[in-house]
Amino acid sequence: MECTLDAQSLISISLRKIHSSRTQRGGIKLHKNLLVSYVLRNARQLYLSERYAELYRRQQHYPDGAPLLAMPACPPPAAAAPPELAALPLPTDTQDREPRSCAGVRGGGELLEVPVCAAAPPELQRVPCRDSSPGFYRVTGSAGPGSGGSSGAAGLLYAAGCDFGSGGAPHCSSRTTVLDLDTHVVTTVENGYLHQDCCCSQCPCCCQPAPGLASPPPTPGTKRKYYPGQEEEEEEGVEEGGEPGGGGVAGGPPFAPCTKRARFEEYNTEHPQDSSNISNLISIFGSGFTGLVSRQQADSEQPLNGQLCSKQALASLGAWTRAIVAF
Amino acid sequence: SLAGFGNLMQDVLWCFSQVKGTIDIGVTEADIISTVEFNHTGELLATGDKGGRVVIFQREQESKNQPHRRGEYNVYSTFQSHEPEFDYLKSLEIEEKINKIRWLPQQNAAYFLLSTNDKTVKLWKVSERDKRPEGYNLKDEDGRLRDPSMITTLRVPVLRPMDLMVEATPRRVFANAHTYHINSISVNSDYETYMSADDLRINLWNFEITNQSFNIVDIKPANMEELTEVITAAEFHPHHCNTFVYSSSKGTIRLCDMRTSALCDRHAKFFEEPEDPSNRSFFSEIISSISDVKFSHSGRYIMTRDYLTVKVWDLNMENRPIETYQVHDYLRSKLCSLYENDCIFDKFECVWNGSDSVIMTGSYNNFFRMFDRNTKRDVTLEASRENSKPRAILKPRKVCVGGKRRKDEISVDSLDFSKKILHTAWHPSENIIAVAATNNLYIFQDKVN
Repeated sequence: MECTLDAQSLISISLRKIHSSRTQRGGIKLHKNLLVSYVLRNARQLYLSERYAELYRRQQHYPDGAPLLAMPACPPPAAAAPPELAALPLPTDTQDREPRSCAGVRGGGELLEVPVCAAAPPELQRVPCRDSSPGFYRVTGSAGPGSGGSSGAAGLLYAAGCDFGSGGAPHCSSRTTVLDLDTHVVTTVENGYLHQDCCCSQCPCCCQPAPGLASPPPTPGTKRKYYPGQEEEEEEGVEEGGEPGGGGVAGGPPFAPCTKRARFEEYNTEHPQDSSNISNLISIFGSGFTGLVSRQQADSEQPLNGQLCSKQALASLGAWTRAIVAF
Repeated sequence: SLAGFGNLMQDVLWCFSQVKGTIDIGVTEADIISTVEFNHTGELLATGDKGGRVVIFQREQESKNQPHRRGEYNVYSTFQSHEPEFDYLKSLEIEEKINKIRWLPQQNAAYFLLSTNDKTVKLWKVSERDKRPEGYNLKDEDGRLRDPSMITTLRVPVLRPMDLMVEATPRRVFANAHTYHINSISVNSDYETYMSADDLRINLWNFEITNQSFNIVDIKPANMEELTEVITAAEFHPHHCNTFVYSSSKGTIRLCDMRTSALCDRHAKFFEEPEDPSNRSFFSEIISSISDVKFSHSGRYIMTRDYLTVKVWDLNMENRPIETYQVHDYLRSKLCSLYENDCIFDKFECVWNGSDSVIMTGSYNNFFRMFDRNTKRDVTLEASRENSKPRAILKPRKVCVGGKRRKDEISVDSLDFSKKILHTAWHPSENIIAVAATNNLYIFQDKVN
């Protein structure tokens, strides 16, 4: 089907629609937002599969790996079919090479099960994504069988926003907050991310055998009454305590939810406009997305103006869209 | 030819009959018609609008003096059904727009209808008063109290004729049962119960009881993040009071039997057509969402409307529809623009004629389409002021999809997408149709020889 818009424009338009639906008369239209979230998903799948293809081509040029280039185990299927690998390449950041390569990741999706690093703690195994939409946001393993031995070409892919559910071991967790319109209760749901998502070298969880989850309130799955304005408090609070500690291994600082702040700040320099969009989205959708906004981004209240959202926004769209719909 | 039954479409010439509403260039949003419904005899025609008002038209008795005017519809009653509300708990404004009107069958001199906005269903009684009591003792004709000491005689009040007055009174208010937006109401064939459906739930009501309803369908997931579809329309079977259907945003229809269990989360039948993978696009999910579902009068078929097609399903065949009609397939290549301007979310309704032989649905540019199920012929007609001379025959319209445009064709790019016909109604037994074009209501009839 001919479409005059590319995937990124569609994503922007869709996010704008969701944003404006919150101020429309009559309240949020659940049906319409659900349909928009499907467009978001479809556009994102195409966008990611295009990125995949591009990175795969790059990988062909650098077979020994700038280890930071994502290397899918197999090229993603054509964009028409929902890709089983929904992943976002990490930025090129040479500083983080070491920890990442050590990061043992088991593919949570059915496709990739080969751990890169033998030291991968079993706790890192993910349950398969129980999202019923095929290929929505599956966790990917890292390198496939062909590159198993090469720690340099460590898999650097992650999939964000998968509903890992309670069975997983979400040690680098982020939360999605949904408001139940029936009971007026806010539920915070843990979403697991691969720990590479964290600010890697500083992530206290890497290489730790037993990922403890020191959970700042609220604990996963707990409910609390919804009070307007509470999001700001929680956001600040978590950000205070969420600074990733100095990379300690044993006896490291208590775990704080993954903030991804460092990486975000890298993106900031590339896409300064995007970060304001992120912060807008944060303020719109509440505290479930702590850590995506660096402290410098305090209070940009610029309206979404159709600018492309940052790639991280795209990556974590899965949890967002559902939460958006719920909200 | 006999009006109504068994007519083949080529025999029917549709003529303009009436138009209601103003001709102003700028349309007040409150005047936009949001629902149209004939009652069971076709004597009354009700419209609801975005401003929360209901207007009921009544058909004139046919007069022998003017046989060509086969009963015009004139305003019978107008009332404010719903007002805007504010839900302080959730900081939500509740629109007064009337989403649906459904008539109850007439059981006495009064008429009863259900009207609903997003949250509240109301039962209205519409009755006539043509007599009034006169001759009270304690008050005079203006209603002022009389000084009792001035009363010297007693009299018995009597009923005297007065100018006909039609009054509408709200008899029941069914509130606080829907968290999400109500999209459908349907009166059961037992005439004692009805259902109301929102995005995630369907409730069964008894007309007499307003403070409780039974939840018969609940598709809300335990974790809202797992939400993948919503209920888009629901309707009771016309004859079997235990059977109803509901459609979903995923293009599926479920038929449920209330005898099996109190909560009808398990369907008795599941109607779904496999997706054509060659048609896959960004917008596949949107255009497959069903916007309306209607049982045929016979109860043997259901008709569904999605963005580009109308489908007829046989209740005995779940794996695909028996008929599919393209309403405006030329829009398939325009879905991107239609997504940008939100038109892709328009919810078109569809209706059967009295004999279930012809189906009708609306489109853009004030076009509406009819499909004859027997001859497989279809026609596109237009509701416009230009075609509004009395008894003027409507000329079929045609959209040119490419290549050379003929003289009276219109090209796809010239279509006016702000002129959409979402709501239409067909008289239960005659070839009279009501077509809502934004703030105007057009009534067309077939030509009487």
